[in-house]
Amino acid sequence: MSMPFFTPGDDPGPDFVRLLERTGHPVHTDLPGHIDAGHATTVLAVRYGDGVVMAGDRRATSGNFISHRTIEKVFAADRHSGVAIAGAAGPAVEMVKIFQVQLEHYEKVEGQQLSLEGKANQLAGMVRGNLPAAMQGLAVVPIFAGYDVRRGIGRLFQFDVTGGRYEERDHASSGSGSLHASTVVKLGFREGMDAEEAVSLALQALWHAADEDSATGGPDPIRGIYPVVATITADGFTRLDDSAIAAAFSAITAGLTTEVN
Amino acid sequence: MGMPGFYVSPEQLIQDKADFARKGIARGRALVAARYSGGIVLVAENASSTLRKVSEIYDRIAFGGVGRYNEFDQLRIAGVRHADQKGFVYSREDVDARSLANQYAQIMGQIFTHEMKPMEVEILVAEIGHEPDGDQIFHILYDGTVIDEADYTSLGGDNDAIMARLDEAWAGELELAPVVKMASDALSGPERTLAAADLEVAILDRSNGRRCFQRIDDEAVTTLLDT
Repeated sequence: MSMPFFTPGDDPGPDFVRLLERTGHPVHTDLPGHIDAGHATTVLAVRYGDGVVMAGDRRATSGNFISHRTIEKVFAADRHSGVAIAGAAGPAVEMVKIFQVQLEHYEKVEGQQLSLEGKANQLAGMVRGNLPAAMQGLAVVPIFAGYDVRRGIGRLFQFDVTGGRYEERDHASSGSGSLHASTVVKLGFREGMDAEEAVSLALQALWHAADEDSATGGPDPIRGIYPVVATITADGFTRLDDSAIAAAFSAITAGLTTEVN
Repeated sequence: MGMPGFYVSPEQLIQDKADFARKGIARGRALVAARYSGGIVLVAENASSTLRKVSEIYDRIAFGGVGRYNEFDQLRIAGVRHADQKGFVYSREDVDARSLANQYAQIMGQIFTHEMKPMEVEILVAEIGHEPDGDQIFHILYDGTVIDEADYTSLGGDNDAIMARLDEAWAGELELAPVVKMASDALSGPERTLAAADLEVAILDRSNGRRCFQRIDDEAVTTLLDT
């Protein structure tokens, strides 16, 4: 691989995707036909006092089958933002990988980070670029959340399959279980929650989504598999330990367990 | 066919180009890179806080440049592009300073030989290993010569004098503060002292997680220089 140099008119600037195109590694390829890849998930983000919490289940399905039990759908996009994915797993993970490099590439070439809004717009562009694949059954619908270091608040963005970008005030969700999850978050949301309350609310939402949607995985204490949960605050993106999530889940399930006489 | 009217011997041509490049580089302010207990520190004399001489290339790789800003910044961006692309197409672990230094050497050598004007820059590519013995410092000259430096080096300015001061002051791998002080003293010489605002300092530190590169702001540099 040779070092890329460009003439001024041909220079891709800080855009990593355009760099890949210029150097013969195009990101989007149109595929003929229709592939029915699984689209099942629940991912969500909730704003709280210090920032946002993001959470996602671990199940991937192909039709009626559970194809993976430990897939990860919540990722750090950079130090102060995260992205969670729903949709076809392969293109979604690829999109996250490009998005992560894109943000870091911009930061290094330009010497400063993109604004949070700029990052959300970049992701919207990638979702829009995936539209031909989405038409063929490989849709990717992420959510994006982060701590806006310029404004000092947590912010959330939801997308649709055409690349539409919608900023949400309190919470955002995506995937087949998102309807159930967002109802739980909506009912339990309070302004200025602390991290513990926000994490608990996110886990309750995931639990109810898994309870109603067969394509969303619940906590699996037998195998020790728990949802991925992360907080994003002024201190950055922090993924919670499984032990903390297991403890929060046992508190939730204790409250839901019916006594048998 | 006789000889062309103005014959210049290849020796003379190379010598003239080298003198031209060296003069351009010596006019600018210098940069020092040195190992310390936690990684590698780069200290540049630079009054501007926006036109950087020291930058991040990749997770464990930093770039330093002296001489003409537009020329070394073009090299810096090419390095970032090369590294990000290589890490994306292969894997993050496959991006290394040695290959990057070789690419830079090829390009600078090519320009020195084939272009009218050689690049008036010297650059530095530093990489920290997961263990201290994996640290690498490559110093690349205007003509593409690559030097693999052991513990410390200096680029640009009154290079011989700065190197002499570093040779004298070097006392093995110390903590960050004494190494920054040593670099600052070597850059300034005995006649003057440099304040934090005159310096641009950045580190590659093994304890920084994935992205080891970190800039050190003026306040922290003042603290380092005072201890």
